[in-house]
Amino acid sequence: MSIRLREVHKAFGPKEVLRGFTLEVRDGETLAIVGPSGSGKSVLLKHVAGLLRPDSGSIFVDTHSVPDLSRKELTRLRRRIGYVFQFAALFDSMTVTENVGMGLRRMPEWDARRIAARVEECLALVDLHGLGDRYPAQLSGGQRKRAGLARAIAPSPKFLLYDEPTTGLDPVTTTVIDRLILRMSDEMGVTGLVVTHDMTSAYRVADRITLLHDGRARFTGAPDEVQAAGDEVLRGFVEGDPDLYFGRNNDGT
Amino acid sequence: MAELLLRPFAAIGNLTLAGLESMGRAWRLFASAAVSIRNTDVWMPLLLPQMARVGVASVPIALFIATFTGIVMALQASYSLTGTIPSYFVGTLVGKTMILELGPVLTGLVLAGRVGANISAELGTMRVTEQVDALETLAYDPLAYLVVPRLLAGIVMFPVVVLLAISIGIAAGWFTALQLLEMSSAEFVKGLRIYYAPWDVWFAVIKSLSFGAVVTGTGCYCGLQTEGGAEGVGRSATRAVVAACMIILCLDAFWAAVLL
Repeated sequence: MSIRLREVHKAFGPKEVLRGFTLEVRDGETLAIVGPSGSGKSVLLKHVAGLLRPDSGSIFVDTHSVPDLSRKELTRLRRRIGYVFQFAALFDSMTVTENVGMGLRRMPEWDARRIAARVEECLALVDLHGLGDRYPAQLSGGQRKRAGLARAIAPSPKFLLYDEPTTGLDPVTTTVIDRLILRMSDEMGVTGLVVTHDMTSAYRVADRITLLHDGRARFTGAPDEVQAAGDEVLRGFVEGDPDLYFGRNNDGT
Repeated sequence: MAELLLRPFAAIGNLTLAGLESMGRAWRLFASAAVSIRNTDVWMPLLLPQMARVGVASVPIALFIATFTGIVMALQASYSLTGTIPSYFVGTLVGKTMILELGPVLTGLVLAGRVGANISAELGTMRVTEQVDALETLAYDPLAYLVVPRLLAGIVMFPVVVLLAISIGIAAGWFTALQLLEMSSAEFVKGLRIYYAPWDVWFAVIKSLSFGAVVTGTGCYCGLQTEGGAEGVGRSATRAVVAACMIILCLDAFWAAVLL
């Protein structure tokens, strides 16, 4: 197993976000975690990248127990993990080229010429060729997401974590991003963990889908299993039916 | 009834706890930043640009304040020193107050607004837009990348800006004495030299060095603690300025008690 979470608990003050979340992501597969906004999907992703520490439970990436790693070991592991942020999180003061090359500049074996070549390659891969001199503020939402993806894939990571990669995008740009995610998995063998509430996108990119509900993994299965499942909460989420999702006497507020 | 009476004490207790918690977090941040100094490859290339932003860009406002402070000091000294007190004491008063107090403290307070708010807003925006998290995922130490160069730039550049401000303040007082108070250069310089002690300048340097650390450190701390959106960034900037000003005034009294 390449990513393994077992009985992960996390609370922020009195609010329990994760309440014993367990999940296994197989080597080379793309797994989508779906759930409504505020259900703790991004929190989960940050645990995998070591940006947050769980209150209890274990998180393994390959053989490394993420919460137990020293700062140095975590830095080494992060070189193998790419993180695509929800709003791209590009550095405002840098051009797209500088943003994409940021991770590579931390690698001693990469000289300036090699970095420049790799940045060009990644920009071409996400169809941003020729936009390297622009600043993030000069890009559209879809271009920013693609630049964020280019930055994440530049160091050739083994794992890619996507935080709402298609949220706020038009249907055409959503398809473009989805195809890029598929390409990462098919052509580069990257293990992907996609957090989304866009079911169309989840069906398109994921080998398996997990519903995060009430801080736990409620259901995990292949896209066709999700579509055929009888679980009321899952059906409620997939069909966008609050009565099914929250129960008939509870509007979730 | 009893609960109503206890409420103010509870409020004071909560406030004290929050203050202590905040101080603890700040010290932990600075201790971690001290450890991060060893990552020289990360912060070294960023030091010069930060020195330019924190120091060089602050020179005009610092000199503007110092110029008018020097003028006012000379005029008020002349107004206060009457009777048998020789007029050259105008030079003494301008020199001593500019070096010991007004140069470092006024510059510190002004830069708390300019530099502290700027750092806090910048890091706060980076925090709420996940740019700080992005740094971490790209294998950067955010403290070495964001905090160390700003802190060092403040410590190195504040004394430079303060010494410039002191010089300009004294020069402005001198010019005022010549033009408006009918004093001669010799008189003003005599007053300036009569009680001059080289230690005074060291005192100003030590003070401004500590103010530099306080202003940039508070800016970094408040910025990195930012939560929420634009409102949170604004709150952090305000908090950074208020905290830095209060600490500067407390430190001012501390250094006067310890070093003079």
